[in-house]
Amino acid sequence: MQSRLPILVFALVMAAIPFIPGVPPFWIVLLDNIGLAALVAMGLVLLTGVGGLTSFGQAAFVGFGAYTTAVLTTAYGLSPWLTLPLSLLVSGSLAVLLGLITVRLSGHYLPLGTIAWGLGLFYLFSKLEFLGRNDGISAIPPLSIGTFKMLSAGSIYYAIWIAVILSALLTTNLLDSRTGRAIRALRRGHVAAEAFGVHTPSAKLLVFIHAAVLAGLSGWLYAHFQRAVNPTPFGAHMGIEYLFIAVVGGAGYVWGGVLGAAIVVILKEVLQSYLPLILPGSGQVETIVFGIMLVALLQLAPGGLWPWLMSFFPERTDGRKPDTSLKLEHRARAPAETGVLLQVEKARKQFGGVVAVNNVSFDVQAREIVALIGPNGAGKSTTFNLITGVLSATSGSISVLGKKVDNAPPQEIVKLGISRTFQHVKLVPDMTVLENVAIGAHLRGHSGPISSMLRLDRADEAKLLAEAARQIERVGLTEQMHQLAGSLSLGQQRIVEIARALCVDPMLLLLDEPAAGLRHMEKQRLAALLRELRDGGMSVLLVEHDMGFVMNLADRIVVLDFGTKIAEGTPATIKTNPEVIKAYLGVAA
Amino acid sequence: MNTTIMLFLVQDGITNGAIYALLGLALVLVFAVTRVILIPQGEFVTYGALTYASLAAGQMPGTAKLALALGIGAFAFDLFVARKALHGRLVVRSFIANVVLPAIVLALTLSLAAQKPPVAVCIALSLVIVAMIGLYLYRIAFQPLAHTSVLVLLIASVGVHLALQGLGLLFFGAEGQRGPAVLSGAFTAGALRFTGQSITVYAITIAFIVALWLFFGLTLYGKALRATAVNRLGARLAGIRTTLSGQIAFLLASVIGALSGILIVPITTLYYDSGFLIGLKGFVAAIIGGLVSYPLTAVAALVVGIVEAFSSFYASNYKEVIVFMLLIPVLLLRSLAAPAVEEEKD
Repeated sequence: MQSRLPILVFALVMAAIPFIPGVPPFWIVLLDNIGLAALVAMGLVLLTGVGGLTSFGQAAFVGFGAYTTAVLTTAYGLSPWLTLPLSLLVSGSLAVLLGLITVRLSGHYLPLGTIAWGLGLFYLFSKLEFLGRNDGISAIPPLSIGTFKMLSAGSIYYAIWIAVILSALLTTNLLDSRTGRAIRALRRGHVAAEAFGVHTPSAKLLVFIHAAVLAGLSGWLYAHFQRAVNPTPFGAHMGIEYLFIAVVGGAGYVWGGVLGAAIVVILKEVLQSYLPLILPGSGQVETIVFGIMLVALLQLAPGGLWPWLMSFFPERTDGRKPDTSLKLEHRARAPAETGVLLQVEKARKQFGGVVAVNNVSFDVQAREIVALIGPNGAGKSTTFNLITGVLSATSGSISVLGKKVDNAPPQEIVKLGISRTFQHVKLVPDMTVLENVAIGAHLRGHSGPISSMLRLDRADEAKLLAEAARQIERVGLTEQMHQLAGSLSLGQQRIVEIARALCVDPMLLLLDEPAAGLRHMEKQRLAALLRELRDGGMSVLLVEHDMGFVMNLADRIVVLDFGTKIAEGTPATIKTNPEVIKAYLGVAA
Repeated sequence: MNTTIMLFLVQDGITNGAIYALLGLALVLVFAVTRVILIPQGEFVTYGALTYASLAAGQMPGTAKLALALGIGAFAFDLFVARKALHGRLVVRSFIANVVLPAIVLALTLSLAAQKPPVAVCIALSLVIVAMIGLYLYRIAFQPLAHTSVLVLLIASVGVHLALQGLGLLFFGAEGQRGPAVLSGAFTAGALRFTGQSITVYAITIAFIVALWLFFGLTLYGKALRATAVNRLGARLAGIRTTLSGQIAFLLASVIGALSGILIVPITTLYYDSGFLIGLKGFVAAIIGGLVSYPLTAVAALVVGIVEAFSSFYASNYKEVIVFMLLIPVLLLRSLAAPAVEEEKD
């Protein structure tokens, strides 16, 4: 991860600004506003840019924070410092409530859903008696330390920017951790993350709460900065504005949120104060120009300005290899992982009228390599999905070590020691190989989000990364460890997936077309690796089209055709089986 | 509860709901084809309504000039994109579609506006003006972003909404306007009084739903649009020009928006910024319809209209809260009923 030095420099510069002689007080007000917007945008970066959950409703959470402290300090005379945790608690717990409803929504329902409750809450703010209806609440006490009251824009400046920098640090820490990797995997779909034990709904809810708490913090500061609140700044328009602050800055980058806030706040200010000089007399010219500039900005830099800016400072990847002498605890094992590991009994899967898998039965013994072959559309990948819990079987049963696991979710299957790769590679392209592989060890780590933010997870984290590095070494990709997964060739990406699956510490490895896209030498190396794994006590079930590869490697072969098992046996018997030849060549030999 | 009041509220709700249905249909259409969540839909409504009202009052609407300005912009974009392979036919075609056409409409509007043209002419002019604005907007703002994520398109959509709303204030001022009824006269059936206007609303909504259904079901362009909605790349490989699909979608959406505006402006006073809220209620209907189903969207829109009518009668303070919160149980049901299995590819 990046070094802390630029952040320290940034903090010092921000601390020094009010002391520079001749800085107009108005600039400080602007900086305060930038800080307040940056807090909300930072939450959105995590939620939208990293987690892939678009929310228009963040302004409502700012409102929760602001109104909580406004009501408690004016009507009940509580100290602002006492209302800080309460404001965060209110925003956070309402986020749980709204999040439970909304984060499960897929794709485009989510942003639309957030518009809806954002608007609803805005109208609620302006109609409720105890929130002062449209007039809001005024005479909110300022923040104070002892007798020092933060009345001016200059004095609350430090409170705001300490909050911004601390939040940015905590957020970057969170992203660079076990939980952070799970969050970063969310945007690319949930199937891969779930296959390694990530409970994706909780991960989504977590980022939702994180974003809401940051928004609540911004609202709390806002209330004591303005010392009055009314519904206007918490409406749908502000919710939208926060989102485009995040997008303009660069939605995937924590500091992009801060940059975006600076750009938007300053742009609006400049437009409001200078446009009337150029085009006098007209009411909303700044809105028009602002809208047009927004569209132009997006057309010029659709990824946001932060990544564009950073491309001038090429990042030195810290090439340090994790300390592989650290040992990670093994997966919690069943007493004896011997005999029949996996038993598939008359498994059947129907999609409407199509029978993808038709009463297929087979088993996998300990220390065995079993291959599942068959022409395209034979139901091989569907069988994999049934075993790993991605799909639930229409009928039939699947047992692991003699225990039925019918319809268990993927997270439970991986706990039993069954890990997999995917036919269509499912890596997070903008994470390094090391980070991608470390997701595989998700269940073997223990640190939660709070300890990650506070960097209390480093011992646990070092062990996870050490294990990931060991597995990368094992599959022979040490050179590429710190490259982005998206920059590797497809064949190498498949190997990365194998390393990730090995991080589970599995008893049974499910490989979906591992040799596709590999060159001859690479295939031989893969075969050698799989044999070595078997000799080390692991079993492998693989789907593969390369017959040479399969025949030389597998101990046993199961042949599917149109969803039905047509043959099973050693490579030698399969080669001469007339049914199999017919399925592949269309004629009986 | 009084039956007369109830019937009256239901009638009121259905009239509003029919408008929301039209808007919901347009939103679904644009989203399905271009992945743009069309927040400026509300501006199409106000532009249509206020252009119509201005023309009927004998004033010159600024939107006709905007159409020409946007047309020139679109022409410039066309030239810029084709700068390496400019040939005469392309330039002439783009010039006619983007510059000559709005110029003619502008000249026509200028000459007719002062004489208070008949209602039919006002409607036709308003529809053409807003349709051109919609078309050129797609060319300028969205076509260059067609390859980006839904999120970026959404933000661009917000930018367009802001600019259009600001322009609306510039063109029409802060005061609200009302237009003349499209069809005057009324008749009573029992306790209910049906105005010509409300009958027009029902008729046009039904006609549009049927027309869209026929368009998508029977015509080649309709099928091309559906193909683009399902898979852009696949549609391109099959020879469908996806930019053309986008243009058709925007054209339809702006016509539908303007038409809805023209239909409601005789019933309620509209301001330059009224469109946003009206459009959002169309959204609510579209979301309930799942952004895919036209009939479901239409039914949902009627429910939204009726709920709105009843809540404005019984709890007028909480009218908007109730309408928007209506979504929460729907979303809840959807998320419980269909846990998402599809994978996001941004």
